[in-house]
Amino acid sequence: MPASLPRILMALALLWPLASQAGDANDFVAANPAKQAKLLESWAAQPDPARQPLLDALQQGRVAADSSKTAFIEEAGNFSAAEGEAEPASPPKKLRLNNRLRGLLQTAQASHQLLASEASVRLAAAQQLQKSAKPAQLELLNARVASEQDAAVRDALALALANLQLVDPDPAVRLQAVRLLGETGEPLARTRLEALLDGDSETDAGVRTAAETSLAQVKRRLLVGELLGQAFSGLSLGSILLLAALGLAITFGLLGVINMAHGEMLMLGAYTTYMVQLGFQRLAPEYLALYPLAALPVAFFVTAAIGMALERTVIRHLYGRPLETLLATWGISLILIQLVRVIFGAQNVEVANPEWLSGGLQVLPNLVLPYSRIIIIGFALFVVALTWLLLNKTRLGLNVRAVTQNRNMAACCGVPTGRVDMLAFGLGSGIAGLGGVALSQIGNVGPDLGQSYIIDSFLVVVLGGVGQLAGSVLAAFGLGIANKLLEPQIGAVLGKILILALIILFIQKRPQGLFALKGRVID
Amino acid sequence: MNQPMTITLAQKAGPRLSLAVGGLVLAILLALPLLHLLPADSALHVSAYTLTLVGKILCYAIVALALDLVWGYAGLLSLGHGLFFALGGYAMGMYLMRQSAGDGLPAFMSFLAWNELPWYWYGTSSFLWAMCLVVLVPGLLALVFGYFAFRSRIKGVYFSIITQALTFAGMLLFFRNETGFGGNNGFTNFRTILGFDITAQGTRAVLFLCTVALLTGSLYLGFRLARSKFGRVLTALRDAENRLMFCGYDPRGYKLFIWVLSAVLCGLAGALYVPQVGIINPSEMSPTNSIEAAVWVALGGRGTLIGPLLGAGLVNGMKSWFTVAFPEYWLFALGALFIVVTLYLPKGVIGLLRKEKEQ
Amino acid sequence: MRAAPIPEALLDPNRDPGGSREAVGLGSSAGKGLDVRHGTILTLEDINVSFDGFKALTNLTLYIGVGELRCIIGPNGAGKTTMMDVITGKTRPTSGSAFFGETLDLTRLSEVEIAQAGIGRKFQKPTVFEALSVFENLELALKTDKSVWASLRARLSGAQKDRIDEVLHTIRLDGSRHRPAGLLSHGQKQFLEIGMLLVQEPQLLLLDEPVAGMTDAETEFTAELFKSLARKHSLMVVEHDMGFVGTIADHVTVLHQGSVLAEGSLEQVQSNERVIEVYLGR
Repeated sequence: MPASLPRILMALALLWPLASQAGDANDFVAANPAKQAKLLESWAAQPDPARQPLLDALQQGRVAADSSKTAFIEEAGNFSAAEGEAEPASPPKKLRLNNRLRGLLQTAQASHQLLASEASVRLAAAQQLQKSAKPAQLELLNARVASEQDAAVRDALALALANLQLVDPDPAVRLQAVRLLGETGEPLARTRLEALLDGDSETDAGVRTAAETSLAQVKRRLLVGELLGQAFSGLSLGSILLLAALGLAITFGLLGVINMAHGEMLMLGAYTTYMVQLGFQRLAPEYLALYPLAALPVAFFVTAAIGMALERTVIRHLYGRPLETLLATWGISLILIQLVRVIFGAQNVEVANPEWLSGGLQVLPNLVLPYSRIIIIGFALFVVALTWLLLNKTRLGLNVRAVTQNRNMAACCGVPTGRVDMLAFGLGSGIAGLGGVALSQIGNVGPDLGQSYIIDSFLVVVLGGVGQLAGSVLAAFGLGIANKLLEPQIGAVLGKILILALIILFIQKRPQGLFALKGRVID
Repeated sequence: MNQPMTITLAQKAGPRLSLAVGGLVLAILLALPLLHLLPADSALHVSAYTLTLVGKILCYAIVALALDLVWGYAGLLSLGHGLFFALGGYAMGMYLMRQSAGDGLPAFMSFLAWNELPWYWYGTSSFLWAMCLVVLVPGLLALVFGYFAFRSRIKGVYFSIITQALTFAGMLLFFRNETGFGGNNGFTNFRTILGFDITAQGTRAVLFLCTVALLTGSLYLGFRLARSKFGRVLTALRDAENRLMFCGYDPRGYKLFIWVLSAVLCGLAGALYVPQVGIINPSEMSPTNSIEAAVWVALGGRGTLIGPLLGAGLVNGMKSWFTVAFPEYWLFALGALFIVVTLYLPKGVIGLLRKEKEQ
Repeated sequence: MRAAPIPEALLDPNRDPGGSREAVGLGSSAGKGLDVRHGTILTLEDINVSFDGFKALTNLTLYIGVGELRCIIGPNGAGKTTMMDVITGKTRPTSGSAFFGETLDLTRLSEVEIAQAGIGRKFQKPTVFEALSVFENLELALKTDKSVWASLRARLSGAQKDRIDEVLHTIRLDGSRHRPAGLLSHGQKQFLEIGMLLVQEPQLLLLDEPVAGMTDAETEFTAELFKSLARKHSLMVVEHDMGFVGTIADHVTVLHQGSVLAEGSLEQVQSNERVIEVYLGR
C-alpha cells in the first residue's frame, strides 16, 4: 500500500508529463513529511527536466504554502503560484524541510542533473549519487550508464551503480560491483565493503575474497588522503606559526629581546578584524564580504602603532637587559589581555567567514581543503615575500640589517638606531597583527588567543636561526607539519612534548649555527 | 657635623637592625601556629584561614628563594620553577590520595574505571617513599634538563623561554586524564596525613612549623652558599662566563648544582603547600605562575636572598587583598608591577632600602 | 710522526729559520706533568680555520719555546685573535694539529680543560668579574682545585693569602683590594686581569693587546713585568704598539692573511721586504 502512491504518480507522470508536473508542487506542499519523502524518492527514480525549477526552489528554501495548501514560489520577495494562477488565500508560509528530506532532495536533484547538458554538472551529480543513491534508482542508473557519452561521468555512474549492485541477487553482478568499488577512494566504500566480509550478509565466498582485496585497495587510497590531509593541516599551522614568528624573528634579531606581548599582537589583530566586521555590518552591509581585506591594513596599523608605543615607553629603557625585558613585556601582555576582557568580555567574539572564504576544495573523496586555509597559506607566503622585499630593497631594511649585525658600527655610520628600532618593532608587531586577521578566519577569537603562540614562535626562531627569513619559513612549516603528523600517532600533548625534546636535542648538535653567525670571539 | 655621625651609626646599626627585624619576624611566625591552638573565642586566636594563607605565602617564599639562587646568583632566569613546585606537590598528593583511599584506588581512578594503580604509583602509600619522590622527581628532571641545557650553553632568554616551554608541556601532560594524576581536577579531598586528621588544628600548626623550619633552613643554606667561594664563582659566572672558563672552572657543574638544588627546594615547598592548601592541580604548572614568581624576586631584589622573601610576601599579600576588593583590577596591578619593577626598581625593595640607608 | 726526535722542520733547509722548533730560550721551567722534552711548549702545524667560506687561518705553523716571550704582530684581520681562539679551544680548526707540550692535543680538549692544563688568556677587552672585589677576583683565579665540591668547602690557606697579597702588590692594586672590580679604571682592570693570570700560574700566557688604553708609565711597567715573567712562563703577546714590542720581544712573528709571513728579531722582521710591503704597500 505505501508503495502504491508513488507508482500511481509515476504512471501519471509518464502519461501526462505537463499535467503531472503541474501537480508536483501542490502535491508536495500538501503531503506530510513521510509522503514528501516518498515523493522525493519517486522523483529521484524518474527525473523530469520540467521539475528542475521546483527542485531548485525547494533547495533554496523558496517554496511556501498558504492556508489552502497551495504551493507558491518566492521570487525576490514576491510569491507567485507554483502551478497555474492563484492568489494566496493567506500570507504563504515557507516550507521547512527536515534533514532527511534535505538529503532526499539532494539525491533527487542529482538524478535530475544527470540529464543536464554540461558534463561537469553530470559528473558532480554522479558523485553525489555514489554517496546517496537509493535502490529505486537502479533502473535509472542502468539506463544512464548505457547512454552516457562522457567517459568520466560514465565511470562515476558505474560506481554509483556498483553501490546498489552490492545487494544484487546474482553473485556475478555483486562480484563485478565489489571489484569496481576497490578502485575508489571513498570512505563510504570502506564501510560497504567491510559489511561484505561478514559471512551472514554475504554468502558467496568468491565475493567475500574479492571484497577483501578491494577493501585493502580502498584503505591504501584512504591512507594517502589522510596523510595528505595531515600534511595540509601542518602547512596551515605552519603558515600561522610563520605569521606569528616572523615579527618576533625581526625584533629578536635586532634587539636581542623577546617581546612576550607579541602573542597579544595576534590577539589584537583578531579583535581589530572583529571590529572591522562590526563596522561593515553597521555601515556598509552590502560590502560585508570584503571585510577581511579591509581589516588587513587596519590591523597592521593598529598593532604597529601599539608596538611602536611599547618600544618607546618600555622596551627602549631596558636595552641590554633582555631578561628584564622579558618580564616587563609579560606585564604588558597581562594588561592587554585584561583590557580586552574588560572591553569585549571574557567569551569568544564571533568572527564569521565571508562566503568566499568558506567551503573547500575537494581533492580526494576523503580530503577537502578549506579555502580559508589555502588562502592563509598563500597570504603567509605573500607576507614573507613583502618582508623580504622590505628588508632587502629599502633603506629601512638596509638599516635594520646593519643594526642587527653591529649596532655600534651602524650608529657610527649615521644610522639612526633609535628610529630603526622603533620602526622595526612596529613592523614586527604589524606582521603579528596581520597574523591575527588570518587567525580570526580559522579559529576562535578570545582574549587568550595569543598566549600559546609565544612559545611556538620562539621555537621557530630558535630552529630557523636569528634574522634568517628563509630559516624561519622552513622552521615554521617544518614544525607545523611535524606537529600534525605526530598528533594522530601519539596524541597532541605527547607530540608537543616530543617536539620540545627534539628541539633541545637539536640545539645540542648545532648550538652555534643556530644562535649566531660564525665568527671569532668578540669578548 | 651630624651627618657622618648618623651614617656610622646607621652602618653600625645596620646588621644589628636587620638581625633584630629578622628575629622578630621569626618569633611571630613561630607564635602564629601556637595562637591558632587557642580556643576560637580568644582574642588572640588565629583563624585557620589566616594560618593557611600565611603558610601558603611561606611556601611561595621558598620558591622565591630557590629562584633567587639561580637567577640572582647564576643569572639563569627560570620561567619554569612552577613545574618543580607542582611535581613536589603531586608527589605529596599521591601519598595523601592513597591515605584517603585506604586499600582501594583513589577516587578519580575508579571514576576512570581503572582496575589497578599505574606502576609509578607503586609504594606511594609509604610516607617515606613519597618524601623520596618529593626530592627525586624534581631533582632528576632538573638534572636531566639542566645537563642538556648547560651542555649546549643555553642561557639568557633562550634558557628562560625553554624553561617556560618545559612547564607548559608539563601542564598539558598533567591535564590529560590518562597521565594518571587526576587530570583537570588534580588531587583534592585529602583526609589524613600520617594518620592525623589533615584539617585538625594540631596538624595545621605542625605543617606550618615545618614550613617555617624549611624556610629558615633554606635561607641559612642560601647565605652559606652565597658567602662561600661557590657563591662567588656563581656571581662570576653570571657576569663573565668566558673569563671564568679561561680561569679553569667548568661552568656546567656549577650551574647544574645550583639548578638542581633550587629545583629540590621548590619540590619541598610544593610538598608542604599541598597538605596546607588541600589541593593540587595542573594549573600550578601554568607559565603564568612561574613567571609571577620571577616578579616576587625582582620586586624584593635579586641576589639578596632576603629580598625575594619580602617580594613573595608583598605580591601575595596584595593579591589576596585585590582579589577580594577589586578582582577585575588585579591583573592590571600585577602587569603594572612587572613594568614598574623592571623599569624603576632594578635592585628591588632591598636595593631601595639600602640606598635610603646610604643617604 | 710528530714524536720523531729530530723535527722535520729543522731538516728543511728552505725553511725560515725563525719558524724552527729550536725556539729561543730552552728554559727549564715547565710545570709538573707537561711533557716538554723538546723544549717546545706550543706546536701549531698547518692550522686552517674558515668561517662560512672566509678563510681566517691558512696553513698556519708556529712553535713557541719553553720560557720564550713571543710577540705576534700583523695588520687587522691577519688572524691573531682567531689563532688564540684555536689555542684556547674556543674555535676548532678545520684541519691541522695543535699541541700543548708534546702530548696534549688542544683540538680535542675543551676550553676548561685547556685552561686547567696551564694556558691562561687575557682578552682584548679587559674582562674581570665586576661584581666581585679585586681580592675575590684573584681568589677565584688562584691555582687550586676548581671543582664544585672543592669550592663549596674552600677556605684560603695562609700561603694562598700571601700569594694573593704578593700579586696585589705586583700589579699595584693593594690599595683597592676590597673595591668592586667594576669600579676600577680601564688600566687597572688590565692589570687586574694580568694579576689573575699570574695567580693562575699558567705555563703559557696568551695576552691580547695587554697595553691598549694604558698610560706610558703603565706600559713601561707592564714591559718590565712581562720580561720578568719570561723564563718562568712562556708568553705570547699580540700587540700593535711597536714601541712596546721593541722593549720586550726577543722574537717576533708577523701574521698576514692567516699564515706566518716572517719570523725573527724585530730588526730582522722590520727589514723584511714582504713585511714592509704588507704594512706600507697596501
